[in-house]
Amino acid sequence: MKANFVKVAIGAGLLAATALAAPTAASAKTMVYCSEGSPEGFNPSLYTSGTTFDASSRQVFNRLVQFKRGTTTIVPGLATSWDVAADGLEYTFNLRKGVKFHTTGDFAPTRDFNADDVVFTFMRQFDKNHPYHGVSGGSYEYFNGMSMPDLIKDIVKVDDYTVKFVLNRPEAPFIANMAMDFASVLSAEYADKMMEAGTPETVDLNPVGTGPFQLVQYQKDAVIRYKAFPEYWEGKAAIDNLIFAITPDSTVRYQKLKAGECHVMPYPNPADLTAMDADADINLLSQEGLNVGYLGYNTEKEPFTNVKVRKALNMAINKDAIIEGVYQGAGSAAKNPIPPTIWSYNNDTVDDKYDPEAAKAMLAEAGYPEGFTTDIWAMPVQRPYNPNARRMAELIQADWAKIGVNAEIVSYEWGEYLDRTKKGEQGTFMLGWTGDNGDPDNFLAVLLGCDGVGGSNRARFCNDEFEQLIQQAKTTSDVLERTRLYEEAQVVFKREAPWATIAHSIVFEPIRNEVVDYKIDPFGGHIFYGVDIKE
Amino acid sequence: MLGFLFRRLGDIIPTFFGVTLLVFFLIRLIPGDPILMLAGERGVDPARYAELQAQYGFDQPIIVQYFDYLMGVFQGDLGKSFVTKKPVLDEFLTLFPATVELSIMGILFAIGIGVPLGVLAAIKRGTWVDHLTMSVSLTGYSMPIFWWALLLIMFFSTSLGWTPVSGRLSVFYFIEPTTGFMLIDTLISGEKGAFTSALSHLILPTIALGTIPMAVIARMTRSSMLEVLGEEYIRVARAKGLSPLRVIMVHALRNALIPVITVIGLQVGVLLAGAILTETIFSWPGIGKWIVEAMNRRDYPTIQGGILMIAFLVMSVNLIVDVLYGIINPRIRHKR
Repeated sequence: MKANFVKVAIGAGLLAATALAAPTAASAKTMVYCSEGSPEGFNPSLYTSGTTFDASSRQVFNRLVQFKRGTTTIVPGLATSWDVAADGLEYTFNLRKGVKFHTTGDFAPTRDFNADDVVFTFMRQFDKNHPYHGVSGGSYEYFNGMSMPDLIKDIVKVDDYTVKFVLNRPEAPFIANMAMDFASVLSAEYADKMMEAGTPETVDLNPVGTGPFQLVQYQKDAVIRYKAFPEYWEGKAAIDNLIFAITPDSTVRYQKLKAGECHVMPYPNPADLTAMDADADINLLSQEGLNVGYLGYNTEKEPFTNVKVRKALNMAINKDAIIEGVYQGAGSAAKNPIPPTIWSYNNDTVDDKYDPEAAKAMLAEAGYPEGFTTDIWAMPVQRPYNPNARRMAELIQADWAKIGVNAEIVSYEWGEYLDRTKKGEQGTFMLGWTGDNGDPDNFLAVLLGCDGVGGSNRARFCNDEFEQLIQQAKTTSDVLERTRLYEEAQVVFKREAPWATIAHSIVFEPIRNEVVDYKIDPFGGHIFYGVDIKE
Repeated sequence: MLGFLFRRLGDIIPTFFGVTLLVFFLIRLIPGDPILMLAGERGVDPARYAELQAQYGFDQPIIVQYFDYLMGVFQGDLGKSFVTKKPVLDEFLTLFPATVELSIMGILFAIGIGVPLGVLAAIKRGTWVDHLTMSVSLTGYSMPIFWWALLLIMFFSTSLGWTPVSGRLSVFYFIEPTTGFMLIDTLISGEKGAFTSALSHLILPTIALGTIPMAVIARMTRSSMLEVLGEEYIRVARAKGLSPLRVIMVHALRNALIPVITVIGLQVGVLLAGAILTETIFSWPGIGKWIVEAMNRRDYPTIQGGILMIAFLVMSVNLIVDVLYGIINPRIRHKR
């Protein structure tokens, strides 16, 4: 009898303790995501941070075209199809019919999505005289950063379900730009109504979109609540509620994941990865990031004008030691200037093999049997594609010393570093790039095209054959043809070796076992449409 | 009395200017350009950069910027956040109750544990009880909040599962903020279990935040108690045959607490500083976490406004304490 009483007492105590820790979940399926910070707002065109995109564009809005989840492939979104004029200067989008906007406390839509919404969305960012242009601070950094004001000539509503973009020059990656977060389509009807009410900034705070989730409540710095939009045009989401529990500390996020207080967490602390991998309740996903870290040669400066010198230096670098010592497992060796998650990645290219003897021989062939003296510029900041440039520079310095090349490590304050490398003061330098729109052009033309010399092309590489390929790819809208051209461009790149490609970072995302079909987004986003929870 | 009040107010004005001056110029010394932070990885072209500089007033000489800011402050305008574009004062007022709630709990914890510990140590002076309580309080005092908080989470939340890891309320409760104080809001809402959830979320942050003040209070109580226990009137009280409990609780403790109360007043500043770390770890949506995030984003108006408001608060509390002393002890009023 006494033993029974003790058992009951312990049971009751445990029950009380569990009740404290985890109150009963409603029967509806609720996904909790431990996000890393607070969104700056809910209009993705006004901001540039991934945290804001996760909270807005990736759940609440749609774009004319979108990326197939987990890939960089473009698929139809609010536009069902698009035609490109033969000269590449006109893009005509045929819009989807029957797409509904969310209903909120401020607004009940009276019509479906149509061309007016598209025109409003882009004109607000494009036209400085648009009544909404200056609302909420009015800085559209991504729209400007992707050179859209120079590219777009006009945006024309052809009819209710057709919109035409007129460009100043042919630009095949334009389609990929339309899939970016800043191109999320807002409701023109809602905007008009809020303007009439004298509270236009409401549009950017209480978002009305066409996306799979609608915002229910945002408690600053604490929690964001969404519910599945039942009339979503692709079908209602598998989960009913989506909650972002804002948790800035990565160690605490992991504790929450372990305790079952959230299902998915971003940006784990590298020190926790081993424990996460061993945890039976947690599934540690990983994928290469949409970036590349490289060491560039100033191809306009002696002796780097000689391709043999560049090749020899490439062969002298022990990449495996760098991956081990600098990335500590969170990187994979790069052979191409674009990451493998981008379409047209050429898997057939062969990387320069680590071989100090062959490197020395090639250097002699190039006319430098005794080696030479140069510099390695190391960036002063940490980036996923290069977590420790200084350390990397030291390793490369040691590798090169073995073939007689004496390199001095140089560094400047970040702004100064970017400025001086633009001007070409460096011999060799480290840098990297994170893709914006998943288009190969965003890497190859920006970083290696002739137009970029004196700007983002810091290797000052301008090769006729390479240039012709990427220019041709820019003006062709046929994806198969573009793929072929970019694959060939990568072969030329490998042959000419303007860079030593070092690594792509690896992104890790721990999720709980009950989460079904979650995919890492190559753009670093966190997308919950298409994800389910096991009962 | 009025003269004393004006004198104290007169002291506050230069302090206030000093704070605005320090905050304004110090945060501009932190490397990192707010416009570049805003533009992100991709950078911003020079024309657009100039446009944004003009928009935020950065093209003006720094002295002009400072006086513009000061004029705003005097009109009750702390500016708008660069990031959210909302008035800083509004954001402060939304988040402030969370910090107050946590701080009150923290100080209650510190007093509730610290005073009895100090009394116990004083009564059992020189015994193992004294040594134990004093080493516990010394450990508490020297413990970095950051590490202590993580330790608490790993032990009580993850291993034992007794308390939630972080946040103010389980995400499954949907409470509209009325007062901003979660304990009150959950009570008003009448939703079953919400109050318990709010309370359980307070346990660990309260301990983390209250540990250092608790240690200070315990040590202060002990030494003050020892002093009082040696006084003549205590001996008289004992000689009168009063029960030991009565002697300690009524005669000794009451007098011993006077310096302790001063210390408690001083802990307000310590608590607000501690809140910055505690809030960040426990994802507590208060002003501490808000300022840290603003620092990371170089959101000047938010940092300036936040720190100014905290300084204003600490100064007000000190003013009130001073005035109260003036009322209690007329000698202070006339001293210059």
